[in-house]
Amino acid sequence: MSNKKTKTVKWGEEPKLGMLDALYLPAIVSGLATAVRHAVSGKPTTRQYPEVEPEIPPNYRGVHRLNRDEQGRVKCVACYMCQTACPANCIEIIAAPAPKDDPHWKDRDKFPATFTIDELRCIYCGMCEEACPVDAIELTSVYDLTGLTRTEMVFDKEKLLSVFDETVKSGKDPVRTNRGTLGPASEVAPTGRQGPPPPGRGKHG
Amino acid sequence: MLKTLINELVEKWPELWPILAAIAVILAVVPFLGLYMTFIERKLAAYVQDRVGPNRVGPFGLLQAVADGLKIFLKEQVIPDHVYTVLYFLAPTLSLMTAMFALVVMPFGPVPTNYTGGFRFIVAPGIDIGILMMIAISSLSAYGIIVGGWASNNKYSMYGAIRSCAQFISYEIPLGLSIIGVIAVAGSLNIEHIVDAQSKSIWDWNIFWQPLALLIFFTSALAETNRLPFDLPECEQELVGGFHTEYSGIKFVLFFLAEYTHIVTVSFLTALLFFGGWSCPGIPSPSTPEGASLTYMLLGLLVLVLKVSCVVALIMLLRWALPRFRFDQLMGLAWKGLIPLALVNLIGVAIVLSLDLPKHLLVVTAALPVIAAYYSATQFNASMAKLNSERSVLSKSRAMSYE
Repeated sequence: MSNKKTKTVKWGEEPKLGMLDALYLPAIVSGLATAVRHAVSGKPTTRQYPEVEPEIPPNYRGVHRLNRDEQGRVKCVACYMCQTACPANCIEIIAAPAPKDDPHWKDRDKFPATFTIDELRCIYCGMCEEACPVDAIELTSVYDLTGLTRTEMVFDKEKLLSVFDETVKSGKDPVRTNRGTLGPASEVAPTGRQGPPPPGRGKHG
Repeated sequence: MLKTLINELVEKWPELWPILAAIAVILAVVPFLGLYMTFIERKLAAYVQDRVGPNRVGPFGLLQAVADGLKIFLKEQVIPDHVYTVLYFLAPTLSLMTAMFALVVMPFGPVPTNYTGGFRFIVAPGIDIGILMMIAISSLSAYGIIVGGWASNNKYSMYGAIRSCAQFISYEIPLGLSIIGVIAVAGSLNIEHIVDAQSKSIWDWNIFWQPLALLIFFTSALAETNRLPFDLPECEQELVGGFHTEYSGIKFVLFFLAEYTHIVTVSFLTALLFFGGWSCPGIPSPSTPEGASLTYMLLGLLVLVLKVSCVVALIMLLRWALPRFRFDQLMGLAWKGLIPLALVNLIGVAIVLSLDLPKHLLVVTAALPVIAAYYSATQFNASMAKLNSERSVLSKSRAMSYE
């Protein structure tokens, strides 16, 4: 033990002080030269934020949105997967049976009557997005979320759908998860990479 | 009583108004300068650090200084419970007062030595103890810091004040010694005369025959202004805020203003004593008849301001080029480095003057720091070698005892 200790201890030697080091002046001049070089380089790394917006990476986890399917309906099938997965308990869904006699909702069993997300409570972990079987909920790259009241920051279904409309229109956030035919409202995968749906889950769940 | 006073005033008015005008100029310009120097410093710091700096308030952020000033004037006056109230209020006032008072004998534009009447760029012209008074008054500013640190009744403030006190005492000596050579050649303590002695040609500027004195003077002056690398009285990392930890609002501004006034004073002194002040090739001295015209006066003012701004810029750049000294290093530099060098320099000046040798021989004093550096490096290496040998003996004996 003690033998090992003596082997691991190494006395470092300080570097020898040269005459130029003791004179200080060359070091001062080189320091000044560095300062002046940076001062006149004219290439600040500052980003002028409100004027120049930052480039957000595509996997950024910002404000949520509720996706629409091709017919403009909300993709969500009110399965409560996201609400269950949410570690911050910020999602609240009230499901309602889809109006079966309406041809528009013919292929659906359930749909969310209300769907609220408390954006202040959310920790933006993205687990709702992972849990969603129909790719209905997604996190967008909208990062500058502000509000004047707390109630204003609780987003309801209409607000979340409008976030979808805005982000898709701006082209910044294309519908990106697109995991395949996992549920009735989910789109068909463009490639066959995802493989067949897992057993026990038919076309209608 | 009142009548005699008015009579007196009317009688003395031709002598009085130039003084009052100069005081007004100083009182108006110094706070403005203090405000804008913070702005310039922030901008310069930003550029050095590849940033942009304040650019939101007004064009190029120029109104930032005004906004900061307004904000800090409207701040709440926080008076901590544990301070000695009278001294606590006295300290910032004392600090700024001494800093401003030193400007009384400082010419801020060309001043002829044969002054007769009218406005001139100095409050009190023809003071024969000029530079001595300036140094005496500006070293009084240590009182502001010490009283502030003591009155704050707080260990960090106290440490800052103690450090400041030690630093002031140490650096006063090389500061005074370094300018004695300059004074000896000019043959006067009067700053106008010192500048006039440099005005014949560019080679008469004191920097060209007293480079060592300039180095010592500038270093000590930097230490007197509490600027980096000598800002130990207020270093944030060790002492929270140093002597002004307990100060806020307008009282803090007074300290701050005093510090910037010191920088201005030091820059002016450097320009006046070593860079020929307002003299510049092509501009006749204001003491000669043709140089006394308004155009040449304004040109001289411009030259002086240019020189001063160069020194200020250097002081601000040094802040970003150098790390802070350790306190023993700071003391060592003053007592073991600058004071001996200043004394040797003084002996050189004395020899040259008493033997009537050409004064430019003194340029060789520039070699003195090199010799001193060589000496200190060998000393340091020898002491390190001794320490290392002791350490190796120690570690060997330890190793044996472990086994």
